[in-house]
Amino acid sequence: MLDFPRWKVWIVLLVVLAGVYLSIPSLIAGTPLASRWPSYLVHSKINLGLDLAGGSHLLLEADQRDALKTRLQAKEDEISTELHRDPRIEVGDISTADGRLSFLVRDPTQVDAAVERMRKLSQPLQLTGNRDWDVSVVDSARVVLTPTAAGTTQALKDAMSVARDVVRRRIDPSGTKEITVITEGGNRILVEVPGVEDPEQLKRLIGQTARLEFKLVDLEANPQDVLQGRAPPGSEVLPYPDNPGGYPMIAVKRRVMVSGDQLTNAQQGYNQDGAPAIDITFNTAGAKRFGRVTQENVGKPFAIILDNRVLSAPNINEPILGGRAQITGSFTVQSAHDLAVSLASGKLPVKLNVIEERTVSAELGKDSIHKGVIASIIGTFGVILFMLVTYGRFGVYATIALVVNGFLILAVMALFGATLTLPGIAGFILTIGAAVDANVLINERIREEIRRGRRLLDAVETGYREAFRAIFDANVTHVISASIMAFFGSGPVRGFAVVLLIGVVTSVFTAVYFTRMLVALWIRRTRPRELHI
Amino acid sequence: MKLLKLVPDHTNIDFMRWRNIAVILSTLLTVASLAYTFYRGLNLGIDFVGGQVVRAEFARPVQIENLRARIDSMGVGEASIQALGNDRTYQIRLPRPSGPETAANQVVSKLRVAIPQQFPGARVDAGESVSGKVSEELASEGAKAIIFAMLGIAIYIWLRFEWQFGVGALLTLAHDVSMTLGFFAFTQLQVDLNVVAAILTIVGYSLNDTVVIYDRIRENLRKYRKMAILPLLNLSLNETLARTVVTSLTVLIALGVLMAIGPEVIFGLAIAIFLGVLIGTYSSIYISAPVLVWLGVTPDSFIRVDEKDDKTTPGAQPA
Repeated sequence: MLDFPRWKVWIVLLVVLAGVYLSIPSLIAGTPLASRWPSYLVHSKINLGLDLAGGSHLLLEADQRDALKTRLQAKEDEISTELHRDPRIEVGDISTADGRLSFLVRDPTQVDAAVERMRKLSQPLQLTGNRDWDVSVVDSARVVLTPTAAGTTQALKDAMSVARDVVRRRIDPSGTKEITVITEGGNRILVEVPGVEDPEQLKRLIGQTARLEFKLVDLEANPQDVLQGRAPPGSEVLPYPDNPGGYPMIAVKRRVMVSGDQLTNAQQGYNQDGAPAIDITFNTAGAKRFGRVTQENVGKPFAIILDNRVLSAPNINEPILGGRAQITGSFTVQSAHDLAVSLASGKLPVKLNVIEERTVSAELGKDSIHKGVIASIIGTFGVILFMLVTYGRFGVYATIALVVNGFLILAVMALFGATLTLPGIAGFILTIGAAVDANVLINERIREEIRRGRRLLDAVETGYREAFRAIFDANVTHVISASIMAFFGSGPVRGFAVVLLIGVVTSVFTAVYFTRMLVALWIRRTRPRELHI
Repeated sequence: MKLLKLVPDHTNIDFMRWRNIAVILSTLLTVASLAYTFYRGLNLGIDFVGGQVVRAEFARPVQIENLRARIDSMGVGEASIQALGNDRTYQIRLPRPSGPETAANQVVSKLRVAIPQQFPGARVDAGESVSGKVSEELASEGAKAIIFAMLGIAIYIWLRFEWQFGVGALLTLAHDVSMTLGFFAFTQLQVDLNVVAAILTIVGYSLNDTVVIYDRIRENLRKYRKMAILPLLNLSLNETLARTVVTSLTVLIALGVLMAIGPEVIFGLAIAIFLGVLIGTYSSIYISAPVLVWLGVTPDSFIRVDEKDDKTTPGAQPA
């Protein structure tokens, strides 16, 4: 028991000092002292969870129906381009019914060639040996392309990783904020943004797919039919809520003339009337195409379509050759700005729905920290007082251990960049209460051994040895439940589990090893004859 | 200075004398708790049933009826409104709208815009929405976590002690969890993710107590091989009683403070653990220990399995 070599004492002291040192940046964060902390010292500190720092937690899920539709549309464009290439294959309208693509080959001798070219378009998937589309022929002249399940999964996965990058660019165009954007479970994206002032703007930015398309207006469509939602072959009816002509619908040619994929930049600006608009710049290919299309269609209206809604359909007054254009519509400065950010960050490959939101304002977070810190302090003092009146000198040791434990928990959390949440504060307080359990076990055992008539040194030694078994087993049960919590829990609950886990481990060090050293040093120094415990 | 001794030296309470009554009572209470929980149902928060909650702070005091009328007129469902400490801060909960998964979130957006319009100077401090799909996942994950934690701990006890102790631990846990659920069904306090965390903590804590007692029982079984099981359990319980009382009190002090003055968001968590500590302390004495008697733990059975390899003189084993 007394055998506590000097080097061990130094190691224990070193650990304790390191704990205090590492926890300082977290303790002074947000106070004026933080700016006076020398820059050459450690700066890693505990992250505050969104419930304490304020901020938005959003869980986004890919809209499966939209994903399928988008994929069919993209495939349709691809097919149509392929069939137009030499040798051209004449086909009827491409149908997208029932989640499949099909078309009638007009010349029966070309069916095989069409199937062959469709097969070439489909991609083999890694590992599985399947292809992403099945190509078959029905009624001897109709070619059908069916998406395979594996292909759909792969497409979704690809779309999600693009979507993740797009979301990040939209929320944080400058790339400087500490935001979290990660994909989860194949079709979800978790977004955590600390310190959001307007969560609605955040959601608007993410919620917009921002698929920008320019299509020609179908001037031959019968207005009566358009209102009924019917369009001539090769055209489609789209909503046009701000149509100055009055009808909330408009027929446009299906063919995409130019798309937002070919933009290099988008900025909020003003049109010649001073109304908010968006200035866009095309890349070289886009500029060339935009120039050609506008050249060929001077005098005709050109529909600007965002996410399948027509924003406006201005007349092409003259060819636009410089690759710069302006999107007009009924915008406010804010909505024009949001759309510009969305366009500049690229379109989302799939529509994202917000399926979970948790937003806390910074004020409420501060209030929580304040209350939590006060409760922690008072709770700690209550426990300390109780320890002192119950165990006297040994209560002092337990108290020192408790305080050191508090520092060590903070230090370990800071070291690993762990996140402190509101339930985490509760975990901290609970750990304060539960950490002394080890000392209670030891001290009660020492009392017991003294009652049994053991000599002081013997009693202390037996106390520490016999109590350790129970301390170990009891802490393992804590570790099991906290690990399961950390594994299954989300956000704040995980924060609680992390504090419990760290607290259990550090408390074994402080309550068993550290106090034993204090006791050993005291006995060695004073050689007490009896123990007041 | 005279030190505080809550449990006097040489305390000798005949705990096991009331074990039959205690176990019958506990069983009845457990069954009643579960039955009541099923009958009345838990007041599940939006984490588990989906829906929306916003917390708003108003510039001027607002009558709850006035607030309710304004929200009713928005056509977002029947609001349940709770004042948080004063008449300027309210928590408004709305049922999950039917429709697509995004519908829940759109309600939050609507309130966030509408409240400051209707009540100038009002501020929406927190907004949460959970869709149906997410809430189902959270509920099933929460349930899984509790069951895995209980099984995991029981298996650990089985490995470290004996199978009887593992069964005892499992029954103790089942008792504690059922009683906690019963409490939440009775008080209709809201059950959210934090309460699941609390139940998991209780599972860990209650076993902490049980393990300490089991450890002493094992020690005494080895020490007093001739002692009958009931006196031995009594002895072990009395020997660990002081520790049980002191530890439970420290935890209760810490949590009591948290409950009284801590942030209201974690009140459910604090009260659940507080209660769980009380129940856990009781059950570690009156469930964990008596179960061992019924499962036939005797000094014999323990030694035979545990110390088979230690036998140096097999004939010297007590019969």
